[in-house]
Amino acid sequence: MKFLAQMFKLISINLKSVPARWGATLVIVVGLAGVVGVVTALQSMSAGMVATLRATGSADRAIVLRGGSNSELSSFFTRDQAIVIEQAPGVAKGEDGKPLASGELSLIAERPLRRSNTDSNVSLRGIGPAGFTIRPELQIVEGRSFKPGLQELIVGLKAREQFIGLDIGSAVQIRGSLWTVVGVFASNGDAHESEVLVDIETAQSAFRRNGYSSLLVKLDDPSAFQAFKDSLTTDPRLQVDVQNEVEYFSSQSRSFTKTIGVLVSVVGVIMGLGAIFAALNTMYSAVAARTVEIATLRALGFGGGVVIAATVMEAMVLALIGGLIGAVGAYAFFNGYTVSTLGAGFTQVAFSFRVTPTLLINGLVLSLFVGFLGGFFPALRAARMQIAVALRAA
Amino acid sequence: MTTLVSIRGVAKRYTRGKQTVDVLQALDLDIASGDFLALMGPSGSGKTTLLNLIGGLDKPSAGEIVVDGKRIDQLSSGQLAKWRARHVGFVFQFYNLLPVLSAEANVELPLLLTSLSKAQRKKNVAAALAVVGLADRATHKPSELSGGQQQRVAIARALVADPTLLVCDEPTGDLDRKTADEILTLLQQLNRNHGKTIVMVTHDAKAAEYATHRLDMDKGALVTSGDSH
Repeated sequence: MKFLAQMFKLISINLKSVPARWGATLVIVVGLAGVVGVVTALQSMSAGMVATLRATGSADRAIVLRGGSNSELSSFFTRDQAIVIEQAPGVAKGEDGKPLASGELSLIAERPLRRSNTDSNVSLRGIGPAGFTIRPELQIVEGRSFKPGLQELIVGLKAREQFIGLDIGSAVQIRGSLWTVVGVFASNGDAHESEVLVDIETAQSAFRRNGYSSLLVKLDDPSAFQAFKDSLTTDPRLQVDVQNEVEYFSSQSRSFTKTIGVLVSVVGVIMGLGAIFAALNTMYSAVAARTVEIATLRALGFGGGVVIAATVMEAMVLALIGGLIGAVGAYAFFNGYTVSTLGAGFTQVAFSFRVTPTLLINGLVLSLFVGFLGGFFPALRAARMQIAVALRAA
Repeated sequence: MTTLVSIRGVAKRYTRGKQTVDVLQALDLDIASGDFLALMGPSGSGKTTLLNLIGGLDKPSAGEIVVDGKRIDQLSSGQLAKWRARHVGFVFQFYNLLPVLSAEANVELPLLLTSLSKAQRKKNVAAALAVVGLADRATHKPSELSGGQQQRVAIARALVADPTLLVCDEPTGDLDRKTADEILTLLQQLNRNHGKTIVMVTHDAKAAEYATHRLDMDKGALVTSGDSH
């Protein structure tokens, strides 16, 4: 108890002396604000991407691609193969008794991005009525849906936000044919909101693709997945990859999160090291400026452990202040900020930065860690200084 | 009078690189309880080193130091810190007050190392400030006090835990003559009226006159001793 009382008294003394050395103190505060702000922002980008892709899909849906394809763009089935897949065990039936399966065509269209006015790839999906039935989350929020047989399209909320010329009534030139935007859809903020949807039959005709890129099926229930997968992967007529839809979209974010993870690690380590040296410098200066004070306190009987604890705590308090500023800044500037990037299918996937409570806590823990390291060695020096020698520094 | 400080065969040696400097050599000294001893001598004579050894701020290279029946040369750093807190009050030339704390908070510092309650600490601080005549300056910070007042606060800090021994290193070295005399008178009163044993290092022969005994040192050894007045 006495130790704590002494330590808090010393921390209070140390912190009271901060105004006398604002410049040095700002180094540690600003340094940590920068580190935590940047690392949290980078992590929130990754978190946003992951959340968007993980929100896409449902456990009771499965996606079938041609064997060896890592995305829908590189996959293709004939209509006959699609019929075989639809008949596999585990596929749910609709009210009309037909399998709930949606053969879909995935293509790329070029549109200029709003943020840069440069062309980028927007994902265009050909989809039939079953596609809407299987995805109840897909809702028209403005205008109406496309009519089969007409070159009409509907755009996702995020696609309209990211690309120029996708407002209702706009005419869009895609691969030599003119399409009219007739509606806008929402899809719980998932990856499909970055897409443009058209009628599958019209797309097959317009883009001369007599087949499908993928087949999405609704399963009787999630547990039916393994039987469904086994049935298709053992069928000699097919060479397919079968994935749970949630797993499929999660895997799409893997390389992105890995890249961001590496970036966060590299930037975090470099900036963190910089902040540690800044904190060390600040705290060494603080200890040097208080040599006589510390020696006096030691002479009065304050123990070395108390001096170490108080100096480390001082550094941690200052680092925490910096960390809080960085975390609050990252939240204020980046949380909800929407950007788009190339997804696994070379198309733009829009997502919002997510500065989650976990990321904020991680940032604060990082700042405390840096503060601890930055304070420990100067504290050790303070505690080890020879009192008689240090008193002569007066 | 009983012996409070007993020093036998004490030597202090510093090593800097390959060079060894003998600051104190086989020194013997007894200080009686209730004494007011002035240590004098030229710079480098070893008087401050001796004072630091008596106050437990440093350890001898050889020899034995007993204070109030306790052998302090064998204590660890931690034990020595606890011993200092209980038995020694320090008065420094430049006061060594913490600038961010008020006079009363500075005086309270040694009491934080005791088990006294906050109320008791407050009472003791007030009493110590009253003894040095600064009861009305309790809330002032060091920068708001004169040099003499700051040294009085430092003396109050040295007294507040009722130590066995007061060690003063050039307590008037930074003060003008008049203020120095006031401080020395205060130390004399503490010795005479409160029975405090005081060991004071000084360059000032006039300051030494306030002590009951005076010891002169040169080249790490005691050269003369006698009554100051």
